[in-house]
Amino acid sequence: MQIIKKIGLFIFLIGLTIFTILPFIGEFKVTPATMDQIIQQKGISSEIFIQGMEENVVGKQFQGMLSLSPKITQTLEAANAQHRKDKEYKKIIYTGPHDLAAAVGKASGSGFIVENKGLMWFLTFGLGILGALLFIIPNIVLLGKKGVKNNGIYHENATNRGWIAWMVFVFLVSFYLVLYFRSEYAVNWTYLVDPISEFLSGNPAGHWFVYGFMYCTVMTVMAVRMYIKYRHNMYQMVRTTSVLFFQIVFAFLIPEIMVRLQMPYYDFKNAFPLDYDFFFQWNLKSLLNSGGIGLFILVWGIVLTLVIVPVMVYFFGKRWYCSWVCGCGGLAETLGDPYRQHSSKSLFSWKVERWLVHGVLVFAVGMTLMTLYSFFTESGTVLGLKTQSVQNTYSLLIGAFFAGVIGTGFYPIFGNRVWCRFGCPLAAYLGFVQRFKSRFRITTNGGQCISCGNCSTYCEQGIDVRAYAQKGENIIRSSCVGCGICSAVCPRGVLKLENGPLKGRINPTEILLGNDVDLMDLVNKK
Amino acid sequence: MEHIVIIGNGISGITAARHIRKLSDKKITIISAESDYFFSRTALMYVYMGHMKFEHTQPYENWFWKKNRLNLVNGYVTKVDTASKKVILKSSEEIGYDKLIIATGSKPNKFGWPGQDLKGVQGLYSKQDLELLQANAPNNEICKRAVIVGGGLIGIELAEMLRSRDIPVTFLVRENSFWNGVLPQGESQMINEHILEHHIDLKLDTNLKEIISDENGWANAVVTDKGETIQCTVVGLTAGVTPNIDFLKGSGIETGKGVKVNNFLETNIADVYAIGDCAEQHEAIGSRRPVEAVWYTGRMMGETLAQTICGNKRAYNPGHWFNSAKFLDIEYQTYGWVFSEKSKKDHEQHFHWRHPKEKICVTIAFHKDTKQFLGINTFGIRMRHEILDRWLTENRSIAYVMEFLKDANFDPEFYAEYEKAIVSQYNSQFGTNITPKKKSWKRIFSNI
Ligand SMILES: Cc1cc2nc3c(=O)[nH]c(=O)nc-3n(C[C@H](O)[C@H](O)[C@H](O)COP(=O)(O)OP(=O)(O)OC[C@H]3O[C@@H](n4cnc5c(N)ncnc54)[C@H](O)[C@@H]3O)c2cc1C
Ligand code: SF4
Ligand code: SF4
Repeated sequence: MQIIKKIGLFIFLIGLTIFTILPFIGEFKVTPATMDQIIQQKGISSEIFIQGMEENVVGKQFQGMLSLSPKITQTLEAANAQHRKDKEYKKIIYTGPHDLAAAVGKASGSGFIVENKGLMWFLTFGLGILGALLFIIPNIVLLGKKGVKNNGIYHENATNRGWIAWMVFVFLVSFYLVLYFRSEYAVNWTYLVDPISEFLSGNPAGHWFVYGFMYCTVMTVMAVRMYIKYRHNMYQMVRTTSVLFFQIVFAFLIPEIMVRLQMPYYDFKNAFPLDYDFFFQWNLKSLLNSGGIGLFILVWGIVLTLVIVPVMVYFFGKRWYCSWVCGCGGLAETLGDPYRQHSSKSLFSWKVERWLVHGVLVFAVGMTLMTLYSFFTESGTVLGLKTQSVQNTYSLLIGAFFAGVIGTGFYPIFGNRVWCRFGCPLAAYLGFVQRFKSRFRITTNGGQCISCGNCSTYCEQGIDVRAYAQKGENIIRSSCVGCGICSAVCPRGVLKLENGPLKGRINPTEILLGNDVDLMDLVNKK
Repeated sequence: MEHIVIIGNGISGITAARHIRKLSDKKITIISAESDYFFSRTALMYVYMGHMKFEHTQPYENWFWKKNRLNLVNGYVTKVDTASKKVILKSSEEIGYDKLIIATGSKPNKFGWPGQDLKGVQGLYSKQDLELLQANAPNNEICKRAVIVGGGLIGIELAEMLRSRDIPVTFLVRENSFWNGVLPQGESQMINEHILEHHIDLKLDTNLKEIISDENGWANAVVTDKGETIQCTVVGLTAGVTPNIDFLKGSGIETGKGVKVNNFLETNIADVYAIGDCAEQHEAIGSRRPVEAVWYTGRMMGETLAQTICGNKRAYNPGHWFNSAKFLDIEYQTYGWVFSEKSKKDHEQHFHWRHPKEKICVTIAFHKDTKQFLGINTFGIRMRHEILDRWLTENRSIAYVMEFLKDANFDPEFYAEYEKAIVSQYNSQFGTNITPKKKSWKRIFSNI
């Protein structure tokens, strides 16, 4: 079994290595035809750019995007600078330099990778999946009898912030940086999944398709790990299945199929304000121009946020969204599970959390109000602030850096819910409902707590669960995503996630159950 | 300002200190030589197994103590001078007190076995014991085999710990079935099976005779009363604990097994109190033992004494017995009294249900004649404390318990439910016709 695991790890690492090398290799040749096509597509009218491209790029052979991309971005930037200087604003190219490089790259790849997409898929994704499964599945036997399986978490390098954890950190952060800021280096990755993308939506894959596909793959493989690790715990089994289902069907398949049906790309479970650009002008316009389905999406999006989400939180707590449906939560609960113990439990972190997460909510709502004001009044500024630049700032700081680079990249170091805890505006909104008007609570079982600290250690949201449990108090916290792990790891059966009547939900206890005193006596004395 | 000095920073001493602080402004000093800050002894095993780091066993952050003006002294008390109201530390420092709380906990039993003080022989009680074990049994290359002596709760925890690092374990248990002085036979039998499933070499009905030394003073084998010699490098002594009160000799404070206290946790000397593991009640409360070495009683004594010290005199009144533990993968909870065959009275009758495949079982004790519900043990099923406590207070009958069993279930959502199977076996065994009622929030919250 150990040998199978080792072989699995080896295979996985080969797949990962090939995947990692891909951005650096490949042949690219921009033909005049490709160039014309790009000029057409992007509506480019800058002759400086076209001339520059013809001199430096067209007809030449490039090894890897690393050599091609700078040529394109430099040409574009030089052309734009000249046009600005000459006040020829019509000729400025507004497509971002890296997006343009990605588009050119995608259209001009040639050679082995492009000709062997299936094989290359197998050598990267295929080997990765195969290796990971070989690494994970022997655990059915190796982990022994079913029960809590946390042995060695703090002895192992990968799960105790050792060098492996730091390597994973570097890899994830770099991956997200490429995805958000240097998509041209993802071009080779897009070839691998072209066949799948074409099958689903009819279009070749872009880098976001790579991401979506990878997201589903990673979640599926890591869900297998969850099923094995938590096989004694039905709550975890059901929850993992749910979150996987919503990711694959709602976040991945349905939007792609909608594109095939000439409908707008839309993830029906992605609620505003997590879906922060829902009310952005381009989105509203696209929805309003898409006929019935567009209108339906518009209404659905609004009803989802204003009615469905809070009502469901009232009945089930925010867990129904955060750890049963949401994609960010889904990744956190699968890929992130080995890192859940790293969330800080200090009071200081809690303070930071409240400032940050509510700050982001205010930011998101403020930005949206500005956006709507601009949309209806058709003015680009609100109180002197440019709506566009506020949107750009949010997209960059919150959408890309916080949710992506930090949110996932920091898993191995700060735990798997950094974004959900400190950044997600939707979580902040759901949190209010959960804290003040919800049937959900984690019930503490009388006086059974022995203050061991397993619950707090494994709470991904950094809640000091023990602080409540040892006082016999129920846990009513806005940030609790109801993952159920605290209850799973408690060795004394102290915690139960449940939905019940509001009465008796919050139970501040002066004296714990067991110490028989006349409670009324105590209350009257106060 | 009155000065309260507490010896021992375990759950009892710390709870007393916290509650005195909540209720008053008195000066509070806590003395311990074990660790700078309060930690949870019950979690020591998880540190060795790699579930947690030692810092996770500390329920309060380090700033907590200063902020609440709880003065921590790292030192060992060698003498208590009750005449001049002061304690004397090993460093010869003296600390005067107005009121003294003794909360010094327990120490592992040693029964004078030959070789019990050899290197590699240890108990599992303190932080130092944990560190010793990490040094002596880091893996199965250095520790080729460990022998554990004493089949109680700490013994089985130690076995689980060592198995988590794949160290072969031999487990010597004096009784002829695991913990059957406490557990009824069906349960004890199930745990026997579970221990074997975990590849622990369980030797029932076996006593330690001698620990044999190698040439360097390290344990290298044990000899049992069956004449068997077992090679090993670590010996764990887990045959129970006794109050840790040797330093009180000559202080005039009355001691028996522990520090003798009355219902108000007062000793024979004015202004000196004892709580937690080290306290011994003059008269046992209900069926409880005079010395109660469990976590929550230490906490409750601390809470109670804080009231008394702050002028709100209150007797220690621990209510219905309950407890919980975990045997490897099996969680165990108990509410009320379910005695083993060895100690149960004639009127106590048991109903036992065991799952056909899984390691899950339930034993319910009731009065043979009146059918009054006396207590319940569950293995692999969690129970709701409040409900069982209420049923015990209300003197419910076993039939009532059967009928409303679902109200008491505390397993996580989506877990398989066993009430139907349990009740149907009860019906066929006792010729009754009870149908379990659906769980009702209204009943569960009926006393709010
Ligand atoms: C491994 C293990 C697992 C356990 N698991 C459970 C469980 O699951 N459930 C349960 O209910 N109970 C459990 N217990 C028992 C429980 O931990 C004890 O009942 C509880 O810790 C007792 O608390 P205490 O405050 O009375 O004493 P302690 O926690 O023992 O604290 C006493 C402190 O006083 C210090 N001290 C002693 N003498 C002196 C002196 N002369 N000068 C200065 N300091 C001194 C000691 O070093 C110690 O730090 C477990 C115990 C162990 C060892
Ligand atoms: S409190 Fe428990 S259920 Fe809530 S997030 Fe933390 S571990 Fe999950
Ligand atoms: S895991 Fe359970 S026993 Fe341990 S501190 Fe948390 S609630 Fe208490």
